[in-house]
Amino acid sequence: MKLAFDIALRFLKSSKGQTILIVLGIAIGVSVQIFIGSLITGLQKSLVDKTVGSAPQITVAPQEDGDFILDAQAEIKTIKAANPAEIKSLVAVTQGPAILKTPDQSTTIILRGFEWDDAQGIYKIADRLVKGNLGTNKNEVVIGKDLSENLNVKIDDTLEMITPTGKTGEFLVTGYFDLQVKSLNESWILTNTDTAQTFLETGDGVSQIEMQVNDVFVADEVAMDVEKRLNDETLIVTNWKEENAALLSGLSGQTASSLMIQFFVLISVVLGIASVLAISVVQKSRQIGILKAMGMQNPKASLVFLFQGFLLGILGAFVGIALGIGLSWSFATLVTNPDGTSLVPFYIDWFFIGISAGIAIIASTLAALIPAIRVSKLDPMEVIKNG
Amino acid sequence: MDNFVVEVKGVSKVYGKTIKTVALHELNLGFKTGSFNAIIGESGSGKSTLLNIIGTLDRPTKGEVIINGVSTRNMSKGRLADLRNETLGFVFQFHYLLPEFTAMENVLMPYRVAHGKADKESQKRAREILNLVGLEKVENNLATNMSGGQQQRTAIARALMNQPKIILADEPTGNLDSQTTDSIYQLFRKINQELGTTFIIITHDRRVAEKADRIVEILDGRISLDIVK
Repeated sequence: MKLAFDIALRFLKSSKGQTILIVLGIAIGVSVQIFIGSLITGLQKSLVDKTVGSAPQITVAPQEDGDFILDAQAEIKTIKAANPAEIKSLVAVTQGPAILKTPDQSTTIILRGFEWDDAQGIYKIADRLVKGNLGTNKNEVVIGKDLSENLNVKIDDTLEMITPTGKTGEFLVTGYFDLQVKSLNESWILTNTDTAQTFLETGDGVSQIEMQVNDVFVADEVAMDVEKRLNDETLIVTNWKEENAALLSGLSGQTASSLMIQFFVLISVVLGIASVLAISVVQKSRQIGILKAMGMQNPKASLVFLFQGFLLGILGAFVGIALGIGLSWSFATLVTNPDGTSLVPFYIDWFFIGISAGIAIIASTLAALIPAIRVSKLDPMEVIKNG
Repeated sequence: MDNFVVEVKGVSKVYGKTIKTVALHELNLGFKTGSFNAIIGESGSGKSTLLNIIGTLDRPTKGEVIINGVSTRNMSKGRLADLRNETLGFVFQFHYLLPEFTAMENVLMPYRVAHGKADKESQKRAREILNLVGLEKVENNLATNMSGGQQQRTAIARALMNQPKIILADEPTGNLDSQTTDSIYQLFRKINQELGTTFIIITHDRRVAEKADRIVEILDGRISLDIVK
């Protein structure tokens, strides 16, 4: 083993040009894999995060419109127990449509009430508040940035709202929020549970229970768990995946195409190594021949070439990781949106990089199998006869 | 008969399947332990074929080679490799040193083939052999950074590393000038006398052959002359 390894190392060192070329070949393959992989994963992560990162991923609501969930706290306990590892940020929401009237115009809005602390998990309201503070007292509300601009409403102004049933109420604006989605900024008015329940006349009932999950991609499975656990036909459980089928099929198409690219890159790397090593068997046939004449066994002679493949794989993988990360970083830094933020966020998945490197090393070693087999068939007589 | 270290019994070698070329005709030969033998003959006479068969690098079509009292006929490739490593030392017309390694490392190579790592003792031994062949000054030179004579002497030192019973040399001085040739044969003799190693040397040079204990001449695959001094 040790001798085969030493000889392999010495062979690689003695033909530096060839070694550098082949290492570069593997490195470029690995770096392309890492770059494309990171790019696609980063893109998907940011896309999914933008889509559902600050939105409920699973929602439990009454089957019938206009019904309410009466004992929200009990239901929340049941839901949480369905999958304690995945479910997080549970919040009970009381919501309903209303018409907002100002002296010159009126517009339809959705009044949403929840406990500010509970809602922080999903909506990060405290971070999204651009001005003022959250209304914790009765009849205090915060409104969207765009709505405030449209209606020219300022903090400490009083708003008048009318419910579909004709009930009216007056509310004090205590702040503006920016959820970074224009339609929400224009239509949502947020308040505390008490205010919403009183104004919308739901009693102690809430309209729906929202939650997030740790792994957004298993939201559908968790939703099934919740449904089973609740075992209540009057309630309906929805998850973001069924509502975003088009996005998901886009993502999986993207993943498939990136896997295809990575697969073919891998094949070209393997072919490259195999052919260079095959040539090097011819170049080193004198040395192999004399080693065999000296009594080196065939498997050991083959091992010399397997080690070469292995060493080339390791070197190539390391250089490739450096190149790939460099490439991803420059892409994230240099390719930017007009506002200076990067188009695709710089994202490093060490697990993925580890797998890419591992595959490259295994593939390089396997690529050396063909030359290794040729070596084991080499007859020392051939070398000695032909000088 | 008993102290033959190498015995060739009824060995024939035929090349080709459709057009058969007979290189050796049922040769019978024995070499005594510690003897210094020369094999002479014209090119194409079959002498190299004979040496390669004795060295187990080639297999005879018929007959068998007995080394150290053991027939090599039914040995596997792996066992033959071990036998070569332990019992035989080769010196060819070309030195066949590994150009990637230094003189010292090349000499250690047969030991490392057998044991993997070169321990202190083997390194000491390699140095002694390099002293013996007069190469102590260039032991750390790469094989490519030596003169032809130095390379061939390194190859001889390598052949001696595992203290083989037999050294097989195929025109070991074919590429060297006459002065170097002389010094190499003196070296062979010295090793033969000091270590008792058996030598079987193929040579073109009659002057060299005449210094041997025994001269065997091969002509068209047959022994045409066998002189023991």
